[in-house]
Amino acid sequence: MDNKIDTGDSYVIEGKLALPYTYFAGRVGSTFITTIRDKHKIMGVKCNTCDKVFVPPRQTCERCLEDIRENWVELGNTGEVVNFTVVRYEDKHLPRKVPFVLALIHLDGADTPMVHILDGVDPEEVKIGMKVQAVFAEKTTHTILDIDHFAPV
Amino acid sequence: MGYRKKNRNVGIVGIGETKFSSHREDVNQPEMIHEAVRQALDDAGLKIDEIDCVVHGNMELFEMVHQPDMWHTLGSGAFGRDSFRLTTGGTTGGTLVCAADNLVASGMYDVVMAVGFEKLQEGHTTGGITNMADPLWARKLQSGALTAQAANKLIDEFGAERARKAAMIYRIIMDKHAGLNPNSHRAFGLDWDQMDDLIENSPPLIGDLRLIHMCSQSDGACVIIFASEEKAKKIAKTPVWVRDHITVHREETLDLHNNYYPNRTTHRFAAQQLYARNGIDNPLEYFDVFEMYDPSAWWGVDWLREFFLLEGDEHLKLVENKEIMIDGKMPINPSGGVIAANPIGATAIVRTAEAAKQVRGDAGPHQIPKPVNHALTSSFGGTMWTVLTMLEKDLDW
Ligand SMILES: [Zn+2]
Repeated sequence: MDNKIDTGDSYVIEGKLALPYTYFAGRVGSTFITTIRDKHKIMGVKCNTCDKVFVPPRQTCERCLEDIRENWVELGNTGEVVNFTVVRYEDKHLPRKVPFVLALIHLDGADTPMVHILDGVDPEEVKIGMKVQAVFAEKTTHTILDIDHFAPV
Repeated sequence: MGYRKKNRNVGIVGIGETKFSSHREDVNQPEMIHEAVRQALDDAGLKIDEIDCVVHGNMELFEMVHQPDMWHTLGSGAFGRDSFRLTTGGTTGGTLVCAADNLVASGMYDVVMAVGFEKLQEGHTTGGITNMADPLWARKLQSGALTAQAANKLIDEFGAERARKAAMIYRIIMDKHAGLNPNSHRAFGLDWDQMDDLIENSPPLIGDLRLIHMCSQSDGACVIIFASEEKAKKIAKTPVWVRDHITVHREETLDLHNNYYPNRTTHRFAAQQLYARNGIDNPLEYFDVFEMYDPSAWWGVDWLREFFLLEGDEHLKLVENKEIMIDGKMPINPSGGVIAANPIGATAIVRTAEAAKQVRGDAGPHQIPKPVNHALTSSFGGTMWTVLTMLEKDLDW
């Protein structure tokens, strides 16, 4: 049986949407980024009620809704890989040439892991529990990529 | 119609509303929302654990982000709670009210928090709106949110001079109201001696629609907490009761001006159904305030006739005689309305929040000087999408 659908005489409109936007980081997010950029320090915020240190930081604790914007805690620039994946497909939005590793890193002193690029190690050699440290970017982009990547200690 | 009376009564027990502005560089989206969430919780005297469900909405794509309900948990308090996301364009805020009311009335939840927001400064409104249009037939032949339809209609029927004047009286009244409302985005301090100059010289946008007639692009959030009658009476000193609501829409995709269906707006159709099933014969007499989703002064004037089921030039007379002012016979938008502040996903919920504050009697400087027992609010979106909500001071209907 012929399963082919006849698509003759069917007009297809080619389109492209431009989606310009800006995003305001908020004061807590701004401090986090500028402290990484200017001081090479990673900061979290602590909820005293829930006894949790959040990174990236936030203005309110989403669990108890307490205002925690002033409760800054300096975290170590070192931590431990708690999970990871190897990116093996190529695409324009990706931050590195493949293959590269995206890892969940539990920074010393934090209760929540943050995601970042893990470099300086063969993807096949990455292990959960691996000790890593932040490597800061030489040129700022005023984004989370002011930490260029994490690398094994 | 498939319409049934409510399973149980629902009251508004908490209201939060940010200041509206086009400059909120100081906060990110969850932080902005949190301002309204915090206010509403404090207003109700509730803690976040006492909220059973969070209903979240805004206009899809206006900030160029997706699933904002997910990452807004940082500010909305939806963490670990049942939650729904609704996005019905301009009517989103009205739909949030309907959904929260239904969720409580059904018995599914006792206390529901509805969160509407928009941060238009971050996105691209025209980008979002123009993408609604059919890519083949309409996208290259449209004027986005700007239209002179209502202006043309009023001018055809009543002549250019009277119509233009009525639209500008309406506009100046809204500005005077906005001047009283501390949350307004825009209040210019317009006065009657500027009428002729504004009619002539305000920058033209499309047809007879000029810049001065049109709403703003605002940032802001609005939160309302709804509770079952039993809980509402315990939580709030003066709960405001949601009596009824109706949604009517008609999507006109390809031809806005054909004559194949009766030329009755969804506004009039919705009003007729709502009043009939609630036994309201004379809405103009019945209601003490109407918070209307009025995206432009032209629409505001034209739609008065539809919402109050008026005939001929009765709506123009209401405007010309300034009966729609805060101390008039039928105060329209004592808040200043949508022309004063339009954070789209919040705009329609603000109508109900503002009307509820009027019923409570604590709206602030723009409180109507007479007692407010019965309030009407509207939402508008799509090509013709109407939501009407009725609020009551007393449980006596
Ligand atoms: Zn907490």
